[in-house]
Amino acid sequence: MSLHPDRVGRLKLASHLVIVAGNPNAGKTTLFNSLTGSTQKVANYPGVTVESVEGQYTFAGESIRCVDVPGLYSLKAASEDERVATDVILGRQEGKPELVVYVLDATNLERNLFLFTQIAESQVPMVIALTMPDRLQARGKTVDLERLQSELGVPVVSVVAHEDRKLESLKQAISDALRDKPIPAIDFGLPEGMQSTIRKLSERLARIGVDASQAEIRRNLYEPPELFQRFLEDFPEIAEPFTEARNRLEAEDLLRPSVDVTSRYEWSAKIQSLVLRDAAKPAKVISITDRLDKVLTHRFWGLTIFVLVMYGVFQSIYTVAAPMMAGIEDVFGRLQDAIRPMVSQNEILESFIIDGLIAGVGGMLVFLPQILILFFFIAVLEGSGYLARAAFLMDRLLGWCGLNGRAFIPFLSSYACAIPGIMAARVMPDSKSRLATILVAPLMSCSARLPVYVLLIGTFIEPQYGAFWAGFSLFAMHLLGLVVAIPVVYVLNRKMLKARRLPFVLELPPYQWPKWRDIWLTLVNRGKVFVKTAGTIIVFMSILIWAAASFPRFSPADPVAEAAKFGVAEERAEQWVQEKQLENSILGRFGKAIEPVFIPAGFDWRITTAILSAFPARETIVPSLGIIFSLGGEVDESSGDLQSAMKKATWPDGRPLFTVWTAVGLMVFFALCAQCMATLATVKRETNSWKWAVFMFCYMTALAYVGAVAVNYLGKLFGA
Amino acid sequence: MSAVAGMTFADLKSGMSARVIAVDENCLDSRRLQEMGFTVGTQFSVVKVAPMGDPIEILVRGYRICLRKNECHCIQIESVG
Ligand SMILES: Nc1nc2c(ncn2[C@@H]2O[C@H](COP(=O)(O)OP(=O)(O)O)[C@@H](O)[C@H]2O)c(=O)[nH]1
Ligand SMILES: [Mg+2]
Repeated sequence: MSLHPDRVGRLKLASHLVIVAGNPNAGKTTLFNSLTGSTQKVANYPGVTVESVEGQYTFAGESIRCVDVPGLYSLKAASEDERVATDVILGRQEGKPELVVYVLDATNLERNLFLFTQIAESQVPMVIALTMPDRLQARGKTVDLERLQSELGVPVVSVVAHEDRKLESLKQAISDALRDKPIPAIDFGLPEGMQSTIRKLSERLARIGVDASQAEIRRNLYEPPELFQRFLEDFPEIAEPFTEARNRLEAEDLLRPSVDVTSRYEWSAKIQSLVLRDAAKPAKVISITDRLDKVLTHRFWGLTIFVLVMYGVFQSIYTVAAPMMAGIEDVFGRLQDAIRPMVSQNEILESFIIDGLIAGVGGMLVFLPQILILFFFIAVLEGSGYLARAAFLMDRLLGWCGLNGRAFIPFLSSYACAIPGIMAARVMPDSKSRLATILVAPLMSCSARLPVYVLLIGTFIEPQYGAFWAGFSLFAMHLLGLVVAIPVVYVLNRKMLKARRLPFVLELPPYQWPKWRDIWLTLVNRGKVFVKTAGTIIVFMSILIWAAASFPRFSPADPVAEAAKFGVAEERAEQWVQEKQLENSILGRFGKAIEPVFIPAGFDWRITTAILSAFPARETIVPSLGIIFSLGGEVDESSGDLQSAMKKATWPDGRPLFTVWTAVGLMVFFALCAQCMATLATVKRETNSWKWAVFMFCYMTALAYVGAVAVNYLGKLFGA
Repeated sequence: MSAVAGMTFADLKSGMSARVIAVDENCLDSRRLQEMGFTVGTQFSVVKVAPMGDPIEILVRGYRICLRKNECHCIQIESVG
């Protein structure tokens, strides 16, 4: 093995930190993917839901670390994502970045240059990556790179981010810039009155020993009143000169944001007109995108195609994921069988390894197929440009209650499973609506609730009321979550997340073929994030629940004899031991202890314990009911034994335990409750705090309880 | 040609062109909309309107952006052309 020079470099040199910043949709992620490939690591910025993606590459013996900063329109951060991006760019997070690679969309120079003027003022070393030159070319224009470079004062490299070959010149420019530290020019033609006020303030501050750049001064001077006030409180020693300067600007009518914004835009427009050249090829009169949009955003065809596309996506989540999930369950079942003999000498160890550990890991990995398939579709839809159109079509429908058009993806996915649904809330552009979406997504009736519905409807509704009411109840259960979600979102937005919402903005990028490399990296990153963070929590909690159901042990030396004492026949002895185990366990005792709480809902300790033991995942209530009704855990939702056992079950006074109303109440409870720790673990991961997971658990459990009690009450009113 | 006084985004139809004549700076959203390029004097046109009437796609300063009509009420416009 030879020591490749790159290796040596990576070992010897401390790595440089470069950040990739720019407007949303400027091509940052694509560029970042091209630079760093599969070295990416996804993490959260401390205390917020915003993700940071870091990667690295080696060029000419130097190791370069890159961060893909969330897109932003202005350093006057308006959303949480923008605030994070601003903090990183201005070096409030971990010191000033060594170099900003500013991604400048060639087809959108004016707006992209507006942000450039703000970042340039912080006087960080900068290199400009001019993206989308190919698209500009298609419109019959090119950019005069030399001219742009001389106007901006920093190196400009034109890149088509998918063509790796050309990135060599960007990597070269980055390495050169890390050495030369090119600082952008900052003469943006701001009004003279403004500039002189700032200059004077700067000089005055220098005299009292405060070293602040003019950009910093201006940024603070131009804060909105309440933020300016806070700034003065934070730095009382400079409050006086700042207040004076602000008053002077005010008097000259230069304090309005519009003065600042307008002069920057005037400058941007001027630069654009200086650097844009007509290319030889004439522009196409009407682009393919416009022609496609005529159909895809059409009043009738657009909506029809949208429904078909979504139907296709979710149909394939079910059909493609189902065999993969069955495969994973099968593999883990075999694994359990294979390992069981090795650990069977110790009953507790066996139970821990088989029912705790392996079942826990299997129960976590089983979510992966749905997550990956959903994110595959999201990546394809996003990369092709269709996702934005779908949001455009749906915005009106979802906008009125404080969400926006993009929320349909997480909501629809949650009907398959809340885990990918919650992860898909990432498509939401701002953290407030992302959080609102995450918090209600689990109300959608996921496929894990289906076995519960099938069991209860099949036992108590279909035999008595026929197929019509059976079908109706199933439909109603699926609708319930959605109907409840709407007021919940409304209240969340009005009361809890009421911080100001930004005007909704959405860009419809030109259609194009999705890039396989970008799709692949999305899948890898999402898979890793789920398994590493949410997955770890899920396995840990599975083991806790296993322990709660397994201790203290109930293991009589002679089960048959022990069972006979209670009049249980020999062939049922094993199942009887299982039941006693659960009844005696911490979980069972807890179920008994809180029985009074659930009495108003018409649930006894057996139903309560089954609900508790279904905390790892809702569908496990079916085997739990099997155990509790002394049938063993091998029952499924269409098991006749379980159905008749449930029908026969009574309260101590002989009344039947289950009426139709109890069954409906239990279904309503399951439709609304948060009995799914994988969901809670994913919420913890995605919101970066236990706070929201706990909040979700509490509000959903409260809703579920109220729902079940209400049904029971109605039952009493109208009779069974 | 006289401008219809007090026109807002709610009056825009597909294919129309308009110009920003005033921005209400007391309104919280005004800063963001100006940063998106809607400064006084800026001309723009409506590319398309979503099937349910909102949002609308606008061509402004050479790029396209979708906005909700009612979230732009702090911008006063007049129609041109
Ligand atoms: N034609 C073309 N498309 C690009 C280029 N760079 C990025 N894109 C596409 O533009 C879209 C937005 O890019 P993305 O990297 O996600 O933007 P971000 O929001 O800045 O991270 C994606 O569909 C990319 O495939 C480019 O140089 N040329
Ligand atoms: Mg990106």
